[in-house]
Amino acid sequence: MNVAAQLVLLIAVGQAPSRIDSCVQCHKDLRDNRLSAPVIQMQNDIHSGRGLSCVNCHAGDDKQSDKKRAMDPAAGFIGKPRPADVAPFCGKCHSNAEFMRAYNPAPRVDQEAEYKTSVHSKRVAEGDSRPATCISCHGSHGVRAVKDATSPVYPTRVVETCGRCHVDPEYMKPYKIPTDQLAKYMSSVHAEALFKKLDLSAPTCNDCHGNHGAVPPGAASVANVCGTCHVRQSGLFQNSPHKPVFEVLGTGDCLACHNNHDTSHTTDAMLGTDQQAICTSCHTDGAGFEAAGRMSRAISLLSERIGSAEATLERATQVGMEVSRMTFDLNEARNHLIDARVVVHSFSPNELEAVVKPGMDITARAHQQGLQALEEAAFRRKGLALALVVIGLAILAIYLKIRDIEKVSSEPN
Amino acid sequence: MSGTTPNSLWQWFDKRIGLEIVVNAAREKEVPIHRHTVWYYFGGMTLFLFTVQAVTGMLLLLYYRPSTENAFESVQFIMAQVRFGWLIRSIHSWSANLLVAVLFIHLFSVFFLRAYRRPRELTWITGMLPLFVTLAFGFSGYLLPWNTIAFFATQVGTEVAGVVPFAGSFLVRFLRGGNEVTGATLTRFFAFHVAMLPALSVVIAGIHLLLVQRHGMSVPFSAKPRPLKTMQFVPNFLLRDLIGWLSALAALATLSALFPSELGQKADPFAPAPAGIRPEWYFMFMFQTLRVMPAKIGPLEGEILAVTVFGMAAGLLFCVPFIDRQANTGRKNRLLLLSGWLAVVYILVMTVLGYRR
Amino acid sequence: MESLPAPPILRRRTVLNYFLGTTLGGTLCAILYPVLQFLIPPAVSEASESSVVAGTSGELKHGSAKIFRFGSQPGLLIKTPTGETRAFSATCTHLNCTVQYRPDIEHIWCACHDGHYDINGKNIAGPPPRPLEQYAVNFRGDDVIVSKG
Repeated sequence: MNVAAQLVLLIAVGQAPSRIDSCVQCHKDLRDNRLSAPVIQMQNDIHSGRGLSCVNCHAGDDKQSDKKRAMDPAAGFIGKPRPADVAPFCGKCHSNAEFMRAYNPAPRVDQEAEYKTSVHSKRVAEGDSRPATCISCHGSHGVRAVKDATSPVYPTRVVETCGRCHVDPEYMKPYKIPTDQLAKYMSSVHAEALFKKLDLSAPTCNDCHGNHGAVPPGAASVANVCGTCHVRQSGLFQNSPHKPVFEVLGTGDCLACHNNHDTSHTTDAMLGTDQQAICTSCHTDGAGFEAAGRMSRAISLLSERIGSAEATLERATQVGMEVSRMTFDLNEARNHLIDARVVVHSFSPNELEAVVKPGMDITARAHQQGLQALEEAAFRRKGLALALVVIGLAILAIYLKIRDIEKVSSEPN
Repeated sequence: MSGTTPNSLWQWFDKRIGLEIVVNAAREKEVPIHRHTVWYYFGGMTLFLFTVQAVTGMLLLLYYRPSTENAFESVQFIMAQVRFGWLIRSIHSWSANLLVAVLFIHLFSVFFLRAYRRPRELTWITGMLPLFVTLAFGFSGYLLPWNTIAFFATQVGTEVAGVVPFAGSFLVRFLRGGNEVTGATLTRFFAFHVAMLPALSVVIAGIHLLLVQRHGMSVPFSAKPRPLKTMQFVPNFLLRDLIGWLSALAALATLSALFPSELGQKADPFAPAPAGIRPEWYFMFMFQTLRVMPAKIGPLEGEILAVTVFGMAAGLLFCVPFIDRQANTGRKNRLLLLSGWLAVVYILVMTVLGYRR
Repeated sequence: MESLPAPPILRRRTVLNYFLGTTLGGTLCAILYPVLQFLIPPAVSEASESSVVAGTSGELKHGSAKIFRFGSQPGLLIKTPTGETRAFSATCTHLNCTVQYRPDIEHIWCACHDGHYDINGKNIAGPPPRPLEQYAVNFRGDDVIVSKG
């Protein structure tokens, strides 16, 4: 091929290296899509963007145009790695701190080690080709940074990446685990936060199950997992009477009440002694039942009172009364309500009532002030009545005056 | 009763200004008494309510701030912190509505009694102008509290102006002070509302009043009994007027105390329009017409047609004294009567329908 | 003429005139009273909530903070360990819980989902997507004035 065509080729392929790459030259023209596609895919790959090329992963010799010499296994060429070999293949670089440092001053180099602890790795080592390896989630050619929104492991895309296998009942048949996790998760409050509100801090599969060491958390460690965000609830729960009981029962800590994948919005109705409350699924009488009742009543009462105080203040605002101080105070009361809902996890009615009480006091005060504002507005009615009386009398006086002067004009003088 | 006013202060002024002329004119003015006399009160009532607007408006000016950062807050300040601020503001708001209602009654009573006939054509014209000025007062004033409803109603209303053929887009930019409704619109509407429109209305309404005094009260042809009984303007008619005005005041006070004006939410230009935006009731019939107009009628766009028809109707109304020549002879003009009643019915029906949506 | 008592009709007319005068006067008062009250400037002369007195300059010890009211929203007034006074909105940028200052880790902390901000208000750990809104702090005599913008 003449020089001009080679230059055109170089530009077309968009590779940083200024040398000629025989891998690309050959593979781009191949008819089999499986062999030619990687050339295109590598144009948008984080590795090639950093100056790496085919030989950095696959070894071989890219200065040789002869197929046998370029891809000589005796010279170290690795073609397509088998599933069990994928992790070490990537780990060649990614577990090498010194190598990675050139690209990132503070690299993580434990991914391969993490992966080894996972269920995926264990099964792949046994010869199963179905479980995930590095390339199942990250791709092989065309790998993007996690921060890149088109990467399959960007927070909003993790569910579809894991779901590619875990939702398919045929694919998952040998493993005898459910395939409804994704559907359940998508109905959860976490999915709502992630997909509707685009809150990227909301958890998706990897935040609870781990990235590389993917494993369902043990039943006794669920509270720790949830506790990475829900610090207070987890802490209170682990010191509560429920923790040892749940451990024995194997209910998985938080899951007992909140479910794992389909974690829905928590409501005050979950707490209490009604039929739909979760407490009654275990507690039907006794100390636990009473405690549930006490806690539920305390919280409902505070919530109701705040609601009615807010309604009063809204009415007062609409008739123009200045209520910003009371609104501020009610905010404070709302904080106490949120606090109370957290303290529920201590399952101690006394502790809960201690948190609720200041909230109730604040709410009562704010409500009182709101009513006063409304009364001030109502006081105007009294002023109005007085003014109307005066005006009414004036009208009467004028009317009589008219009658008087018109009687005179029709009376003979 | 109507005796002499003998104090020397009066005489001091009279020698310099010539007050006796006014006093004599007032003394001589007479009002005919017949079954349509009741309609005579509506002109004075309009004037009274306009005065209420001017006074309460000037008071509100002491505290109102016409900028997007401050307008809403200043109205809240008036409502919450200023003593009786809620009363002044609510009266201003209710009186605006009452003023427009009374003005329409005045307009239609003059129309149906055909008081526009010779020699009162100019009185009619200088009366029609304040109608448009008052509607402009209402439209510009509505935006000033800078709440959500006002903002979007103004957006829709000024959008409609764009439908006017030829001058439409210029009109929109002129009204809005730009392409969108922004703080510039607020400043502009404020200028219209407190300076230009008041000046205009004082001049035109002043001429209107002078002409009314010059020609005296018009008597419909159908008035009986002949020869007509009359009453003195001062004090008989004026005292009756006063009863009307005090009743209006009482009504305003009641409405203000029982239904004070609301603040609403502060306008957010970037929020989507909420459901249920409507203009003030006196624009509702036009708004409803535009809503039910089909997008196209033949080759013409429905909206343009509606606006043009309204424009033409206003133009016709303006020229009624010149169209209805028969009025001078007292012959009934059935076509005009019918059109008038149709217009009234149309306005009422469309207004009601507008609210039922 | 002078010594005759006023005939009944004149007496009634006088009473009527007094009645008319009094009621019209009363109406005038009922109108003037609110108007005159309206003209008097209220105690708080400014409408907008763009600044507020958050506290006094000696109130906070180094490395402590307090919540103050800014209109109807909470604000956080901090005195850093080095003695600088700073003010932020106390509304967490994640889901609007009220943040607090934790002297043990010298972070502003949100209890709801373990969000951390440094004492510049920058979100450094946990869910919060944005820093806390910072307010301007000025001193007028003993007062600490916090203002927006």
